[in-house]
Amino acid sequence: MEPLLKVENLRIELTTRTGVAPVIDNLSFELGAGESISFVGESGCGKSMTALGIMGLLPEKVGRIASGSINFNGEELTTATAKRLRDIRGNDISMIFQEPMTSLNPVYTVGEQIAEVIRAHQGLSRKAAWDQAIELLDAVRIPNAKGRVSDYPFQMSGGQRQRVMIAIALACEPKILIADEPTTALDVTVQAQIFDLLNDMKRQTGASIIMITHDMGAVAEMAERMIVMYAGRKAEEGPVEQTIEHPRHPYTRGLISCVPHIMSNISEERHALTEVPGIVPSLSDFGQNRCLFASRCNMVTQKCLEERPTEKPFANGQKAACWYAEEV
Amino acid sequence: MSNETLVSVENLGVRFAVKRGGGWGQASYLYAVDDVSFEIKRGETLAIVGESGSGKTTTALAVARLVEAYTGKVNLDGTDFLALDPEASRLARAKMQFIFQDPYSSLNPRLRAEQIVREPLDSLGTMDETEKKKIVDRLFAEVGLRPEQQRLFPHQFSGGQRQRIGIARALATQPDLIICDEAVSALDVAVQAQILNLLRKLQADLNLTYLFISHDLGVVQHMCDSIAVMYMGRVVEHASRMDLFNNPLHPYTSALLSAVPSVDKARREATKRILIPGDPPDPVNLPAGCRFANRCPVATDICRKEDPALRDVKGGHKVACHLVGNDAVSPL
Repeated sequence: MEPLLKVENLRIELTTRTGVAPVIDNLSFELGAGESISFVGESGCGKSMTALGIMGLLPEKVGRIASGSINFNGEELTTATAKRLRDIRGNDISMIFQEPMTSLNPVYTVGEQIAEVIRAHQGLSRKAAWDQAIELLDAVRIPNAKGRVSDYPFQMSGGQRQRVMIAIALACEPKILIADEPTTALDVTVQAQIFDLLNDMKRQTGASIIMITHDMGAVAEMAERMIVMYAGRKAEEGPVEQTIEHPRHPYTRGLISCVPHIMSNISEERHALTEVPGIVPSLSDFGQNRCLFASRCNMVTQKCLEERPTEKPFANGQKAACWYAEEV
Repeated sequence: MSNETLVSVENLGVRFAVKRGGGWGQASYLYAVDDVSFEIKRGETLAIVGESGSGKTTTALAVARLVEAYTGKVNLDGTDFLALDPEASRLARAKMQFIFQDPYSSLNPRLRAEQIVREPLDSLGTMDETEKKKIVDRLFAEVGLRPEQQRLFPHQFSGGQRQRIGIARALATQPDLIICDEAVSALDVAVQAQILNLLRKLQADLNLTYLFISHDLGVVQHMCDSIAVMYMGRVVEHASRMDLFNNPLHPYTSALLSAVPSVDKARREATKRILIPGDPPDPVNLPAGCRFANRCPVATDICRKEDPALRDVKGGHKVACHLVGNDAVSPL
């Protein structure tokens, strides 16, 4: 079966003061209908750029798709017109952002903001759109939706605002929902509510979810497949459980072991955390023909410094861009 | 590790005046920190956990007298820090230092790294230049920065390095207590691990005492010796690390722990997620009974009528819940 979204050899370039840097460097991945995948990595590794690239929302004049293809449901998005992309956004692919505080317009009620999307994309009447806004608020479990629909964003808590964002994103029943760090600004009990809601919505509507996060626990909780990004490149891809159990890229291994994960039965004894030394490379180092993780890797050899590693596939579906993936 | 108590906080309260509806001059109060007591032993780490708005940061600020408490005591090494006159408290503050969350805004961009680290010594005013220079050199080595980096400005450092400068500054006056307010929350995970390891190493080397404020329970589990869980300005549970994580008693603590997503498959399968519905009550018009009652899955009539007090249920494990008996069994 054809995947719903197929990204091939995508290269996104960002023009900075120091030159042009490939913030996404030869990225390929697929997303099936109803599937949920997660992008993980440290800040600046290209997670959000991937999402903006798919949405056609790269910063104007600064960012551009240099080469490669984004194929959605048989349609090429890299060459689509601005008008066609506007149609697709909201209708077929929609996105929720990290900051529920700033991504809503403070001078409109939440009802108006939800109804606006419905009217723009489905051409419903004012009244019908308003009724549907109430239904959506109810669906994202805002108590007393009928009363709260006339609230302004400031009258809602952070968790409720993120629910409103989800309601807007789901208003037109998109095929793909991109969630960029949807719970990073929220408390952990609220995060649990939002995850629960997203999983429910996915079951009901059959939408695919792309979640962008830096939290490995959230990945384990939410996704079936994960893609680890490093310096604009895919370091590793694989089914979540197997990849966490046995990562094939030293960076994935580092990402998992450097975090103090909460355990259910703890003992008095504590070990120092495994450190990934150094920091992520700067934009000016992106795009070089070598392994960009080499400077922080404890398995580095001369070969890593001379040639960009190719992706090595494993029988269980894992793929890792490391010359020594078998040995990790 | 000694058994000496370094810090004891007694019945600390911080309130903010807010005006609501009723005409001019009628102040009503938001009790951000309400009757909070805890102790920290020398050389240990107490973590305060809780969600945004629970009062954990305000508690830390009040302990350091960076916001004024309207009631309560903070005994540091035997003297009540809050009762000191301004000059005495300025000097006493050398014994209590802060590491802040944001390594970008907590350093003065116009000072060189060495000046930032030296500043607390300057304001102490008890040392000559060579003495200060020696201390700054030692601090840079201790936090893992190179000597030549002393001349650089904050913007020339990465986030993790900046946090190291912040740590060096906090260590300058040889404090007994260091308050880490979300000290690693703004850092990427790989850098976070470096800083956490550094904090633990410094603690072992220098016998430091930490008051560690964090919302990340994985980090807390790794760092602390005891934990106070706050909800709506109150401490609802206060226990040793082993007791709290292996036997959480307050329903809110259980819900909080169960909400943390985990990579540990065994934990995911063993933990039943306790979803707490709704939002916390209005902090200005608090309900009569337990502040968690409206979201608590096991609340009964008494919970809605009487405010539970924090009490010791078993060998130092303290909890504020009507439904926990002296057998220390979770009501869930």
